[in-house]
Amino acid sequence: MKIKIITSFIIPAIVLLLFFFGLKNSNDYNTLNLAGNKIDNIELTGLENNNKIYIENLLSDKYTLINFWASWCMPCKIEHKFLLSLKKDKNLKILGINFKDKKINSINFLEELGNPYYFLAEDKSGKVSVKLGIYGIPESILVDKNFIIIKKFIGPINSSDYNDIIKIIKN
Amino acid sequence: MKKLYLIIILFSLSNQVVFADNLQQKEINILKNLRCLVCQGQSIADSNSDFAQTIKLVIRDLINQNKDDQEIYNFLNSKYGQWILYKPKFNLNNFLLWFFPYFILLIGVFLIFKVLKKRENS
Repeated sequence: MKIKIITSFIIPAIVLLLFFFGLKNSNDYNTLNLAGNKIDNIELTGLENNNKIYIENLLSDKYTLINFWASWCMPCKIEHKFLLSLKKDKNLKILGINFKDKKINSINFLEELGNPYYFLAEDKSGKVSVKLGIYGIPESILVDKNFIIIKKFIGPINSSDYNDIIKIIKN
Repeated sequence: MKKLYLIIILFSLSNQVVFADNLQQKEINILKNLRCLVCQGQSIADSNSDFAQTIKLVIRDLINQNKDDQEIYNFLNSKYGQWILYKPKFNLNNFLLWFFPYFILLIGVFLIFKVLKKRENS
């Protein structure tokens, strides 16, 4: 009798529960859950003058949005207008890291669409992107004054992300 | 004397070749255990994607800095999470993955034992 109960109800119930919770979880990988981690104090190279500077010297005393972009990246053009709007907020500084790009193309891109960045760095090899946990561009990381990741934005920033950022930096 | 010098030079060269081979093998082993996050079912070693190329450069740098395998995995884990590793560390979130097959096996053995005992009795 006990065996029949186990085989007829308990085992199928366990299997069904596992399937239920397994299917509820999204299989799409992202690094959004890394919010709360601290970013490393990495060295950056200026895009315009090739000066070396540590990221801690560039972070705002309130919030900083670290944005990885490139002139060859079409979604970067889509998010650009939101970055230009965010530039107007005094609680936020936007640090731009130009990813695997040609200097002349990146400068032309900013001359054409406007420059939302208070500092521009370059990442010719892509190694800086790995140190900040980036796996595709555009990608942005919102950090506070203590280098803690508040939120990650994978893909182009849209109006919903824009509102989220405004809400966070106003608090 | 010249012969002695020649032997010493050849010996040090062969040592360097063996050392370089070991480093290359270490790099390949690490790359095979890393998942390409932007590919479908490929390891970093198998992939030619932009992301994989960048990770390969970073791994080579870390090996040249004499970082051991665990230090390299810890570094990538801190940047991308456990998903980047094909062999994740045992923790509360994945304990079912490790123990569920053994659990099912034990239930199977238990049921077979019970059925056989029942037949024996009848």
